[in-house]
Amino acid sequence: MGRQRGGPVIELRNCSKRYPSQLGQAAVDALEGVDLTIRPEEFVCLLGPSGCGKTTLLKAIAGLVSLDEGEVYIDGDLVTGPGPDRAMVFQDFALLPWADVVTNVAFGLELRGVPKATREKKAFELVQAVGLAGFDHHFPRQLSGGMQQRVGLARALAVDPQILLMDEPFGALDALTRRLLQEDLLTLLDRRRKTVVFVTHSMDEAVRLGDRVVLMTPRPGQVRDIVEVGLPRPRPPDLEKHPRFAELLEYLWQQLREMRP
Amino acid sequence: MAFWDKIRETPAGAEPRGVLGWLHVALVPLTLTAFVGLWALVVRVLEYPAFILPAPDRVWVRFLVLAGDGTLGRHTLVTVGEVLAGLALGTTVALVLGFVLSRSRALERLVAPYLVASQAIPVVAIAPLLVIWFGAGATSKVLLSAMIVFFPILVSTVAGLRGSDPDLDDLMRSYQATRWQTFAKLHLPTALPMIVAGVKVGATLSVIGAVVGELAGSDRGLGFLVKQGQGIYDTALMFVAVIMLVVIAMALYGFVTLLERPLLAWRD
Ligand SMILES: Nc1ncnc2c1ncn2[C@@H]1O[C@H](COP(=O)(O)OP(=O)(O)OP(=O)(O)O)[C@@H](O)[C@H]1O
Ligand SMILES: [Mg+2]
Repeated sequence: MGRQRGGPVIELRNCSKRYPSQLGQAAVDALEGVDLTIRPEEFVCLLGPSGCGKTTLLKAIAGLVSLDEGEVYIDGDLVTGPGPDRAMVFQDFALLPWADVVTNVAFGLELRGVPKATREKKAFELVQAVGLAGFDHHFPRQLSGGMQQRVGLARALAVDPQILLMDEPFGALDALTRRLLQEDLLTLLDRRRKTVVFVTHSMDEAVRLGDRVVLMTPRPGQVRDIVEVGLPRPRPPDLEKHPRFAELLEYLWQQLREMRP
Repeated sequence: MAFWDKIRETPAGAEPRGVLGWLHVALVPLTLTAFVGLWALVVRVLEYPAFILPAPDRVWVRFLVLAGDGTLGRHTLVTVGEVLAGLALGTTVALVLGFVLSRSRALERLVAPYLVASQAIPVVAIAPLLVIWFGAGATSKVLLSAMIVFFPILVSTVAGLRGSDPDLDDLMRSYQATRWQTFAKLHLPTALPMIVAGVKVGATLSVIGAVVGELAGSDRGLGFLVKQGQGIYDTALMFVAVIMLVVIAMALYGFVTLLERPLLAWRD
């Protein structure tokens, strides 16, 4: 198993997924022959039109969706189901409504049988790290969307996964909150070195966050293009002034426009 | 319904009640007084004989007599015992069966038609049958009560245990949660509000089952008092018994509501 930089390699080989027809609905080809290699500690953004299979692809890596064809390998090992090396962040946060912030953050550890004191200490630290100090015992419905997603992020980080799988995590947030969370995510990852697969609808977000942007075609999802972002890290606060930034957005926009049915 | 919800909305000592708050508190005694007043008025003006519609004061006197010689207490206890046993039995069976059915769609498809059909049978129609099979004692009443209680709790249990957010199910899987963990930490807490709502409905219905059983054949209980009153045209006695039944149903409902509060504290 050839690990170079600490993080694992994710390889998708010829992945296809068809959701079978049910109750008079036609079968849906969500993915068709997707090949993709994600490098260790890389931040990859999946960008594509709605319904093109981004979530399906992410869940295939998570081991939550079984493929009809092809395989996913992590460090050369075939993925047959979920594992402790991966954690998900959900678009709608997926917090337990009856549990407070600390309990939610510690939930992954709780399921793994980590003793209460240990896991709550770790959760407490992460609550601080994601900027929610003082909200330890609030319930999800008492938090704004941005704060709830910070909890979702802290929960994923708590189990210390090598791979973070994020499905439009900031899609439900307003523009300002979104920018703040993007910045904070990059800061958090700076000190943690993880491989990130990040699904987004936003070209701007993909370019701000990613090392590479994977452009997908409309259904059935295929890889249309892979773009090296090549912007400096850490990303400067005035990234939009960088000539490369505008160039990338223009290129992605052209590509997406050509795909329009 | 609204009455109990009002009570829940203003937690004790949480904030000083305004004029509207006190109006809420006063509302029930006020409407009750108005109702009884109207009742007395109707009896006086239309001059109904007491065996058709006794005046409230007559019912009150009958109540005092029955309560005084211990008759009312004895029969009330019998009915309360049947109701509680029926509610407990019906709830237990509904929870267990609800759990089993929620785990298997195939099994649900197999069993559901029979369960629905069983609900189409009027309890009144099988009450005499159960009295023949199980005798005039408490057993037939407990069974009838359990039969009525069972269905709403079963339906809400199945729906509740199946009703979890698919993302949360994915979350459990992604953390490799065991089946037991997924049940205890996701499905059960999700279902709890619905189960409690089902038990509330069941609690009010439980009284009906027991009384129908008592009417079909018994020598004790509030249903028996109603039948006895009917036989001798002691309408005031029937009123006392019926009012006691209402009080039992309301008390049960209130009790479940009290249980609900600590159980579902996270919601409010
Ligand atoms: N469980 C399922 N059963 C049937 N069809 C499904 C299922 N999940 C997804 N699909 C279909 O597969 C296709 C791809 O879905 P997917 O959720 O992966 O797309 P997506 O790119 O994430 O879309 P969006 O950007 O809107 O989130 C869609 O047409 C969707 O309707
Ligand atoms: Mg999606």
